[in-house]
Amino acid sequence: MHRHLDRKLSLILPAVLVALVAASCGGSSTPAPASSAPSPSAAAAPSTAPSPSAAAPASSEPSPSAAATTLKVAIVAPSAVNDLAFTQSMVEAVNKLKGKFNLEIAVSDNQFVVATAANVIQTYATQGFNLIIAHGSQYGSTIQQLAPKFPNVSFAWGTAGSTFDLPNVFAYQVNSNEGGYVQGAMAAMLSKSKVLGVIGPIAVGDAKLYVDGFCAGAKSVASSISCIPVYTGSFSDVSLMAAAATTFVANKADVLSGTAQAVVGAIGIAKTNNLPWFGTQWTQVSLAPSNVVSSQVYDWSPIVDEILTDIKGGKLGGTTFTATLGNDGAVIQFNAGFNLPAEVKAKADSLIKGITDGSVSVPK
Amino acid sequence: MNQFFTLDVLTVTVASGIALATPFLLAALGETIGQRSGVINLGVDGIMLLAAFATYYTALRTENLLLAILAGAATGTLMGVVTALVSVTLKAEQGISGIGVYLFGLGFSALLFQKLVGTPLPIATLPPVGIPFLEGIPVIGGMFFRQSLLVYLAFLLVPVVTFVLNRTTYGLKIRAVGENPAAADSLGVSVERIRWSTLIIGSTFSGLAGASLLMYGGIFQVNLTQAEGFIAVALVYFGAWRPVGVMAGALLYGLVGVVILTWKSLGIIPLNASDLAATAPAVITVLALLFLARRFRQPAALGRPYEREG
Amino acid sequence: MSERDLDGLMAVTDAGRRSGWGRFLLTWFAIPTALLGALLLGAVMMLVLGANPVTGYVALLKGAFGGSYALSSTAIQAVPLLLVGVGICIAFRANVFNIGGEGQIAMGGLAGAATALALPDLPSIVLIPLVLTAGATGGATWGAIPGIFKAKYNVNEILSTIMLNLVAVQVMNFLLAGPMVDQSPDSVGGLIPETKILSPSSQLPILVPGTQLHLGVPIAVIVAVCVYVLLWRTSFGFQLRSVGLSRSASAYAGMPVKRTITLAMTLSGAMCGIAGAILVFGSISHRMVTDGSLTGFTGSAGFNGIVVALFGGLNPLWTIFSAFFFGGLIVGGSALQVATGVPSDLVTALSGIVVVLVVSLEYLRRRARARTITLAGPRAAPARPPSGDPFPAVEGPGDE
Repeated sequence: MHRHLDRKLSLILPAVLVALVAASCGGSSTPAPASSAPSPSAAAAPSTAPSPSAAAPASSEPSPSAAATTLKVAIVAPSAVNDLAFTQSMVEAVNKLKGKFNLEIAVSDNQFVVATAANVIQTYATQGFNLIIAHGSQYGSTIQQLAPKFPNVSFAWGTAGSTFDLPNVFAYQVNSNEGGYVQGAMAAMLSKSKVLGVIGPIAVGDAKLYVDGFCAGAKSVASSISCIPVYTGSFSDVSLMAAAATTFVANKADVLSGTAQAVVGAIGIAKTNNLPWFGTQWTQVSLAPSNVVSSQVYDWSPIVDEILTDIKGGKLGGTTFTATLGNDGAVIQFNAGFNLPAEVKAKADSLIKGITDGSVSVPK
Repeated sequence: MNQFFTLDVLTVTVASGIALATPFLLAALGETIGQRSGVINLGVDGIMLLAAFATYYTALRTENLLLAILAGAATGTLMGVVTALVSVTLKAEQGISGIGVYLFGLGFSALLFQKLVGTPLPIATLPPVGIPFLEGIPVIGGMFFRQSLLVYLAFLLVPVVTFVLNRTTYGLKIRAVGENPAAADSLGVSVERIRWSTLIIGSTFSGLAGASLLMYGGIFQVNLTQAEGFIAVALVYFGAWRPVGVMAGALLYGLVGVVILTWKSLGIIPLNASDLAATAPAVITVLALLFLARRFRQPAALGRPYEREG
Repeated sequence: MSERDLDGLMAVTDAGRRSGWGRFLLTWFAIPTALLGALLLGAVMMLVLGANPVTGYVALLKGAFGGSYALSSTAIQAVPLLLVGVGICIAFRANVFNIGGEGQIAMGGLAGAATALALPDLPSIVLIPLVLTAGATGGATWGAIPGIFKAKYNVNEILSTIMLNLVAVQVMNFLLAGPMVDQSPDSVGGLIPETKILSPSSQLPILVPGTQLHLGVPIAVIVAVCVYVLLWRTSFGFQLRSVGLSRSASAYAGMPVKRTITLAMTLSGAMCGIAGAILVFGSISHRMVTDGSLTGFTGSAGFNGIVVALFGGLNPLWTIFSAFFFGGLIVGGSALQVATGVPSDLVTALSGIVVVLVVSLEYLRRRARARTITLAGPRAAPARPPSGDPFPAVEGPGDE
């Protein structure tokens, strides 16, 4: 009896496979890049649905009249829209420009699975979005492969410095080492033990840039200072970050800093031990109101503004933008709740000025 | 390397190793109780996640840490009821249903966190409490007697669970049900009732484990546990179903992790070996078991739902 | 794990196959019911979260199955699930619990990528089989370790596979950020752990232009069919399932129990390894890239594959459909998130509920059946073979 069943099954299988392939063929030329026709996948209705990800409280006005000039922007990001770090910095920047460019914004957050994110990016590309922001350097290789297939869609990705010489790809990066340098110098001045603790996820990309800048800044103030970074090996392991911070405290570190989503674990330790903390990517004052000295905050809105202006003018890519302290793409936000000695503040200000006018050079 | 052997660094390394081991210990102790009665619960990680979220959310809303920890424990209890219903009463395949509970906990805690909280704000954590007199002992005091209450609780539970398992009638029944449920049944022990109780107790421990994990970092995030619940299950096998062995495993795992971090922070481990060094806790745990070559027998009825014949 | 903690499941999932369609439908009553239950619970959750369940489910279905493009996305998503699921079928049938799929996938991906990096100039016809074999070898190695540990040193495989996952993630980060990192001038300069773009001749060709459907899909289906044949049409398969049902009885019958266990874990790992290779060579980016976590590369296929295998009744053929279904859930989850604002984690929670319900309902169904069958005689009643009497059950699944 069972053999009978198996035989049936083995007949069904190829049939299904064939049917599947046939269906795909039948559907034919579907992906139709940048066709503005409403795609059958209803997924492209971000503005109508109260998507929390869209983080667009002002989506109440439907304004059908302006539809002609609406730009559709999609953001694909690795962590949550409200992560107080990397993803939030981009989502807030795009939302800031919502009114100015009459944007229709869709956000897919928590896309940490690279293959799934690639699929999401491709889906947006087939749904008539004008600009797809792939906010994570792990998405770059996807953009490199997809952009030529969708020449009418503009892609932006970062943080990275390469557009792959493609006419419809923008790249953006941030010199996070600059803010790191300034904060490292402040940390060295605040430290009595001359041991700093700085924690990262894995030694690549933005995290490494910031951490290296931090230690370089610290050494510029006190060359003998101990600034050994610890990379925990995970972007998201909060308790490991906390353990790393504890280890530093044990090792006499009296000023802490770090980068990655999981860094909240380390901030907790700074708070518990009442030690100064330096943040990066987004303001972290709310996490430890009396311990955060300053945060290097990324403000992508000037860059996104330029990208959108380019797109309106018919230029879909080819430019690499760099956010720096000089062009206000990265800003050191001081926390009023922390009693920063005047000479440290003065040093920070002079460093920011020096980096801006080029008289201080920050090693990369 | 010399820096590492200063007393201060050693003290704090051991102290934070113990703190890091606590969630593992609590979850693994709970799993031990369940497994001694013959039930595998692979859903520990999901239970920890749900409990950690409950703890976090309660702390965020009420700012009452005791209430928050109780909420975590209660979440564990509730999930224990679910687990018992599925694994004992409905006699489901335990390994599989555990994976189901894990996926549910993983997805549901993430869902609740994103919908109810969103922005990750830290909560106050449990302060370390020094134990009078003992705290003052040089080195030892700093290592062991300046921890948070959950840490003390976890380590106090080791002798308690050992005692209950080996020296009480209830413990005897647990072991009997885990070894030979048919015989226990014929002697009038309710297999179902014993297994329900061990699962509820064990899952409550898992809930406390989630709470203690949360209290370590003071913040929740999606997949906070990073599969720590599965490691806890592995430590039960490491500890050969004995609370003391489980404790040794948890301590080994926690301490190796912290020692590696300390060595990184002292520059003893070079940056380019950073990733490989992070494998140490896992590798050492497996190798330890390999070389110890202990062949303790597992509870004979482990993983088998009990059905009365006839 | 006890020797027989999975045999009940096997008996259960095989039960229907013993006597044709009638019981078959009975067996599968549990799965649609569980599905319905989970969907209802999901609807309640959506309502509580302030979303319209109808909108949500419509978006999910359209996102997953609406049109050729969506279908091909679903098929692509299903490939790793299917291969891991098939590997799980092998392991569980031998009664070893492989939860090391995540690490084995990563190792397969690494081995495949390393091969393509070393031999970029080979033509497709040679290179593609080669990288897939390399992937299988990588995964097999990572699966063989716990297999050998279990067979030789009696180290529990739950412990060793979990620990090996933790090792694999760091090895992956080390290799991708170090020896295997993209060093080409156009690279993102060590920004993230990734290889350079792999040789075009290693890329799995797209079968239907305009969709994502690549060669990996038929390969995975063929592998599943082969594994079915291996398990139910060869003497090795018989041996493997015998060992799964009772080690002591199999040993008594002269079967090489330890070798079978090791082989089962190795084969299971090999399946995961192929999944890893297909993830690399079928990827849109056409290189191996991760965000530094295992999930970032695998998409949790190592865990979800267990669910898929269970849903497919631990039968590689049914696992094909099961994988396609869960692939659709994952793809549709993103659409659901965009349409309703409910995070796609809902899908994870729902699949957990499905699993719990399937295994729970199974007992109710079995009891209902046992009650009717007891009338015919006590022999048929126990779904689990009594210990020491495994052979009737061994015969059961496919060799009556």
